[in-house]
Amino acid sequence: MSNAQARTDEVRAALDRVTDPELDESVVELGFVTGIDIADDNAVAVTFRLPTYWCAANFSYLMASDMRDAVAGLPWVKSVSVVLDEHMFVEAINDGVAKSQDFTEAFPTEANADLAGIRLNFGLKSFERRQEALLRHLLAQGIEPEVILALDVTGLQRLTLNAEGDSLRTRYLERRPLAKGPALAFVTRDGEKIMHETLTVYLRNIRRVGLNAEFNGALCRGLLAARYGDAPSVLPEKPELIDFMRMGAS
Amino acid sequence: MYKAKNGEEIFVIDGHVHNWDASPENIRNIHGKQFIDCFYGYHAALSPPEQVWTPEKFAKYGPDQMVKDLFEDGPDDIAIFQPTYLKDFYKTGFNTLEQNNVLKQKYPDRFILNGAFDPRDGEGGLEALEAQAETYKLKGVKLYTAEWKGDSRGYKLSDPAAYKYLEKAEKLGIKNIHVHKGPTIIPLDRDAFDVADIDHCATDFPNLNFIVEHCGLPRLDDFCWIAVQESNVYGGLAVVAPFMHSRPGYFAKVISELLYWLGEDRILFGSDYGIWTPQWLVEKFMNFELPDEVMKETGKELTLDIKKKILGGNAARLYGVDVEAHKKKHWHAAHHREPAMAK
Repeated sequence: MSNAQARTDEVRAALDRVTDPELDESVVELGFVTGIDIADDNAVAVTFRLPTYWCAANFSYLMASDMRDAVAGLPWVKSVSVVLDEHMFVEAINDGVAKSQDFTEAFPTEANADLAGIRLNFGLKSFERRQEALLRHLLAQGIEPEVILALDVTGLQRLTLNAEGDSLRTRYLERRPLAKGPALAFVTRDGEKIMHETLTVYLRNIRRVGLNAEFNGALCRGLLAARYGDAPSVLPEKPELIDFMRMGAS
Repeated sequence: MYKAKNGEEIFVIDGHVHNWDASPENIRNIHGKQFIDCFYGYHAALSPPEQVWTPEKFAKYGPDQMVKDLFEDGPDDIAIFQPTYLKDFYKTGFNTLEQNNVLKQKYPDRFILNGAFDPRDGEGGLEALEAQAETYKLKGVKLYTAEWKGDSRGYKLSDPAAYKYLEKAEKLGIKNIHVHKGPTIIPLDRDAFDVADIDHCATDFPNLNFIVEHCGLPRLDDFCWIAVQESNVYGGLAVVAPFMHSRPGYFAKVISELLYWLGEDRILFGSDYGIWTPQWLVEKFMNFELPDEVMKETGKELTLDIKKKILGGNAARLYGVDVEAHKKKHWHAAHHREPAMAK
């Protein structure tokens, strides 16, 4: 593999870890990233697109700045530009991201606070979605609810799981710190203990969070395809993550 | 009317239709162009291929096509006009009450006219609402909380200014408040689709019905949570329904979830015409069956009786439609499917 190809792959892998906060899916896998260009001096230029001209500015900004930070974290990268295509706030977003401004600086008259609140709220939704998927997987393996709910994080990490279970666990543990609470692996988004007697009801209640994200993901993919047709994206040939949430939903 | 496989005739109220003008002559700026392009994206992404129109036809299909698609080729008995003004994007507006009234005058029994208000219009707007309610005998309004107005990019329905309008609406007998969220609200650092304001309104105005269009999408999860606590919150199926074609698995899960959280009496069919046409939507809905594993998850079924409520019964209740009288007058008279007889 050539050095240039290896570096492009590194950038793509870094971008693949950036998620759309509403959909909790990788911006690469969603087809948002359209170009990665690496100049001779190791300046990286990333271009991306969104399903509509109206996609909310705050989420667009979060994705753009997360992409910038993800690529800038690679040791050999000298500078990064992330440029969004065709959007109602395209100038403010591209300009703000280029200058590493926070959201209130990029939108001085329309924003009163930075995006931490949104990031936390959607991080917690992602927490619930990933938790539901993992809990259902563990239950399906025949592990007793009392045992699952008594696990601490180390205990959860020590469980022997198959490849799917392992992937679900890794994804869940990425979000676990957001919910705080006692030193248990599984708590509610408010950091409260989950009782095994009410686990079924609890799962029933949080189910809607994942379904909403999946439904929106399907909608966004449809809108993106309708808007751009077969325009190129930098989709990997094979998705690397297990496509766990969409299994079974045609 | 839709004739079911068992021969039963189903009364259909289409809770969400438009007759818009997004022709190049009426477009004011780039936002108007992008707005209709986005609508077309929904149309193209979720319609069966044989139902996809050209962008030109989609921009302005006109009243004759509309009457044909709803009442002649389509199964609608009554359609509810939901106006969307967007005067900052379109010179004469996108689809206004005044324009909709032209068809209402021609087919008085077949259309229900909904109005609109904007809390940012102050005292003058309250007077205009009163005049509008009197002229058109309004029973409902459609609100678009993300509509641009001068420098403002939207409002919340729980704003004090909005409460003045809701109080006025209640006094005027406007009971049905249809709400659509959009992505351009100020402050931009908040979640623009947040449906929490509906929660407050629904508690504070128990005599009004709040119909959340598109079931709160893309915040269906939050919407369900609010709706289960507020008995006067309803879900409109526009945008959700066409998933029956492109993603039937998701549609099954979502409708099942809605039946679980809202129940069969608080879900309203709407085609969102001209984004989609009611003919194929109603046909697919009537033929739709929930898979066993989905039914097992929520314990909810989608029976013929429930389909009848969603397709017309629930809206008839909210809008005070006398279904039997309508059937008597329109169904079995000669040429009952010809809208011309409604003149």
